Amino acid sequence: MTAQSLFEKVWQRHVVVPETADTPAVLYIDLHLTHEVTSPQAFDVLRARQLQVRRLDRTLATMDHSTPTDTAQIFGGLPIKLESAARQVRQLEVNCAEFGVNLIGLQDSRRGIVHIIGPEQGATQPGKTIVCGDSHTSTHGAFGALAFGIGTTEVGYVLATQCLLQRKPKTLEIVVNGRLPAGVSAKDVVLAVIGRIGVNGGTGHVIEFRGSAIAAMSMDERMTVCNMSIEAGARAGMIAPDATTYEYLQGRPFAPRGADWDQAVADWNTLSSDAGAVFDKSAALDASRLEPMITFGTNPGMVTTISGNVPERPGDPVFARSLAYMGLTAGERMAEKPVQVVFIGSCTNARISDLEAAAAILRGRKVARGVRALIVPGSQQIKLEAEQRGLAKVFTDAGAEWRESGCSMCLGMNGDLVDAGQYCVSTSNRNFEGRQGIGARTLLASPASAAAAAVRGRVTDPREFLG
Amino acid sequence: MDPITIIRSRTVVMPSTNIDTDQIIPARFLTTTVREGLGVSLFADWRYDKAGQPKPDFVLNQPAAQGCQVLVAGRNIGCGSSREHAPWALLDFGIRVVISTEIADIFRNNSLKNGLLPVVVDEATHEWLLANPGVEVEVDLPACTLRLPDGREVPFPIESFSRYCLMNGIDELGYLLSQMDAIERFERAREGA
Repeated sequence: MTAQSLFEKVWQRHVVVPETADTPAVLYIDLHLTHEVTSPQAFDVLRARQLQVRRLDRTLATMDHSTPTDTAQIFGGLPIKLESAARQVRQLEVNCAEFGVNLIGLQDSRRGIVHIIGPEQGATQPGKTIVCGDSHTSTHGAFGALAFGIGTTEVGYVLATQCLLQRKPKTLEIVVNGRLPAGVSAKDVVLAVIGRIGVNGGTGHVIEFRGSAIAAMSMDERMTVCNMSIEAGARAGMIAPDATTYEYLQGRPFAPRGADWDQAVADWNTLSSDAGAVFDKSAALDASRLEPMITFGTNPGMVTTISGNVPERPGDPVFARSLAYMGLTAGERMAEKPVQVVFIGSCTNARISDLEAAAAILRGRKVARGVRALIVPGSQQIKLEAEQRGLAKVFTDAGAEWRESGCSMCLGMNGDLVDAGQYCVSTSNRNFEGRQGIGARTLLASPASAAAAAVRGRVTDPREFLG
Repeated sequence: MDPITIIRSRTVVMPSTNIDTDQIIPARFLTTTVREGLGVSLFADWRYDKAGQPKPDFVLNQPAAQGCQVLVAGRNIGCGSSREHAPWALLDFGIRVVISTEIADIFRNNSLKNGLLPVVVDEATHEWLLANPGVEVEVDLPACTLRLPDGREVPFPIESFSRYCLMNGIDELGYLLSQMDAIERFERAREGA
């Protein structure tokens, strides 16, 4: 038998009808996550064509993008301030009630960012196909699932048929070997990867992250890496499941139990890429040489080391335009750049270990004068855990704002915005123009780098706080 | 969806590389629950000033761009967010074809589902189109060919089933529903029901 990659194994298990020259494969979807922003028009299609949601047991809805992070608006009886957001939230409630979809609603203690609660609830499992109308669905690939973002039309297809029409993508292997130096995080690894292969380096491909540095990562860290696969153009990133994966999943609400668990693990153990599996492309990084990273431009590939300088690219008008937007000059040092906002949150970096990394720096220190620090846990469960473990108190004692969970300032749909011209060191995933607010200037970095910037009020190498 | 065969139009050119879907339609317009009406917000942050007035130097605001149905964009247009609001906004504005050397995966998929033609061309053709904004081109979907005013015929790839659906003005849902027997067999085999 030919050696197969992790992706090929998961793909093959889900082919309902093989692809031909004339038609793509019909691919079965095990888990469909849905949220308020990209689903209303899909439910409308079901209504118009008199269709039902085919598999309610494989569909899970929540609200995260346009939801407020202000406690009073969620639990205090205050209306959602942003009227269009309130309407969208209500529409999801109506749609889920009408079609019988399981909704983790606004006040549910299990609510959170869709890509954080899928794993948290144990719904995300190795070998599954998982889709959601959101590009960061790639996050779930950390468990050895084939998980990718789709548009609203395809959300409708999956609701109606539990299937998608897909051409088989190509594969890209990214090998990260070596031990990460202290103060260098999974976020820095994935930013370095995107810097290396570019924001289009993974287009048309599914990435498999491999190597000793990946194997040594926790699930939180693996999710950070797979989350940003899409920032390299790849719809999906995957990591082979192993003991770390199983330890994370065991006992979670949707995880198999008893004999089913043992059977599942035995099966999951067969998913790893075979020795000799062939990838269409390959790239490698030495983890031991990596440093904390920070972006300087308006896409995640415009990244440098935090101790580095803005590169020079004379004669490139797009590059020049990007720097002009950012208010930076070629050759300028990134360190010591004053910042006005720090955002610690998003599906990239709002899990408990991210909050721990930030708290390690903020503990006993204050957010610098003139800096607004917004810390938004990825889920209500993470919020509760952070409060029980004293992390929330570290943040509020430091003068940071501690909020209810949601996507928040990653894309500012709920009104959590950065003002025009302000620099925001953000643990999110996109530094596009206007992403965090009209004219906002986003500097993507790790939770430790964001916390260090909050304390100093300047772009700061988090290793200054080590030891 | 209306069937697509041949689209003839002048081009409007946006040479920026990596035009992400946040630029095409910023997130604050995504709280809509319908598909229609997004054209006015297309490229909102590039197109309007702080007071909401059209910026005269932005290409889509110029008289020559009015009525253009073909957008020629720099490499890797449509990267980032999966928001289908991006093709919806382009179509609502009147754009029916996007030409580049690379088109991001999810945006390309979403475009095909809505009758916005993603046309990937070679570097030389792309450079020529970038250097000659406003030329009249012919996009021939049945022939998978882009015709330039100097008579050049440039083939472009397009997924065969998507092409069939676009030429016939149908969506893929009908086909997927027609596969229901196979889907049910697949489920029975896996779930042991």
